[in-house]
Amino acid sequence: MALDKRSFALALARMVKSLYESQVQILEANVENEVGTFAVKKGLAQMLKGGVIMDVVTVEHARIAEEAGAVAVMALERVPADIRAQGGVARMSDPELILQIMEAVSIPVMAKVRIGHFVEAQILEALGVDYVDESEVLTPADEHNHINKHEYGIPFVCGCRNLGEALRRIGEGAAMIRTKGEAGSGDVVEAVRHARAVLGEIRKLQNTPDMELMAYAKKIGAPYKLVQETKELKSLPVVNFAAGGIATPADAALMMQLGVEGVFVGSGIFKSGDPARRAKAIVEAVTHYNDPKILAEISRNLGEAMVGIGISDIPESERMAVRGW
Amino acid sequence: MNIGVLALQGDFAEHLVMLRHLGVETREVRLPSHLDGLHGLIIPGGESTTIGKLAVTYDLIRPLRTFAQEHAIWGTCAGAIFIAKEVYRDQPLLKLMNISIQRNAFGRQVNSFVHELLVPALEQPERPFRAVFIRAPIIENIGQNVSVIAELSNGNNSIIVSARENRFFATSFHPELTKDDRFHRYFLEMVEEG
Repeated sequence: MALDKRSFALALARMVKSLYESQVQILEANVENEVGTFAVKKGLAQMLKGGVIMDVVTVEHARIAEEAGAVAVMALERVPADIRAQGGVARMSDPELILQIMEAVSIPVMAKVRIGHFVEAQILEALGVDYVDESEVLTPADEHNHINKHEYGIPFVCGCRNLGEALRRIGEGAAMIRTKGEAGSGDVVEAVRHARAVLGEIRKLQNTPDMELMAYAKKIGAPYKLVQETKELKSLPVVNFAAGGIATPADAALMMQLGVEGVFVGSGIFKSGDPARRAKAIVEAVTHYNDPKILAEISRNLGEAMVGIGISDIPESERMAVRGW
Repeated sequence: MNIGVLALQGDFAEHLVMLRHLGVETREVRLPSHLDGLHGLIIPGGESTTIGKLAVTYDLIRPLRTFAQEHAIWGTCAGAIFIAKEVYRDQPLLKLMNISIQRNAFGRQVNSFVHELLVPALEQPERPFRAVFIRAPIIENIGQNVSVIAELSNGNNSIIVSARENRFFATSFHPELTKDDRFHRYFLEMVEEG
């Protein structure tokens, strides 16, 4: 069978890469390394700071996201807005799609598992994805327990609405936190509510005497040690991004000015009129979040934003942020 | 002494904390005008494609190359990629340092690791440096005037993970993620040497 030029080049590249990797692996096997430790898991999140992580549902989307300057992509079958519109059970994506996206881009690839679905997480680890999002956007698989994330060599990010929830997830091994917002709504109000809750509680913690920390830990349902650590650090012990409802460069800069370290944009990019342009503008807004003149410039002529649905029009029972315990 | 940290994206805050702890003035650099009056620059870890694209959009490539003619520049991980001459991929580069880099040379995140390196150029060279490698690149080839600062070695093979060429310094790992300030001290000495 004759190979066309492109497939031949790809095959050659793979061969060179595998030869090269075998040499690296031989070397690695002979030195003592710490792999999959918490520092290493948290380390990748630190590299993502000041960046935008974009939901993508096709290889084409992934390339647009990378070209726009995304720091990572979240490989999904449906963006949250479509999950909301179409209903049904939302599960981990087809591994084939995830692998294709991993092959297509050089930036880290994340993928979602259902809350508590530790086998979906095992599968993603076997695929070698760079980060797992144990996400309320998918239909929960366990109504009481989240995954024990310490057991995995790859890092996890989890959503939260307040400090207690954030510290429970970190206690279970999450190496990165994102405030939940309301995914697929295009309404930033919940992202603001959750970011203000977490960051506000951390500020109040600074004025809480040490003697009251145990009672406070009990009240918010958080591990005592992590409450102590958060007070000492004056921040969460892991990187904290915002997510859920961010649709414009101004939304992204708003979250950054409130004090998060980067943003996830789900439906906001590929449900808009001109995804490539909007994606690039949001990336720039996260870098120049404190410069209104630049924000004004990059907000011009972006085309239609996603239509969205106001939070008050989403019945309590259909809200994703309430999933997670 | 005033040291800038390129703050387009990545773990610039960690570098700033380390520099302030060492008592130097610092500045976040996002636009060309932010380079004025700086004595040296650190380019942090992050995503090299993101940093490169933002540098192009905000017209930083030429000012950074001009700055480099007289000042010391240190790149960690993505920063090392950004200052290299060759990375075998189509992405924006400063092309300052005569090294070629293989991106993600150890594989994906699941292969990220911490390794204790012995680095003769540092203070207390007998004390290992805990080097954090995150989806790390390696320095594949070095030019004539480039010296090796650190390598991973098993006796038979070795891989270069830090190198220096006069004012330019590259580490494929992240000293800013540790509490060990010896690499930052080393860079400040480079800046002082001019």
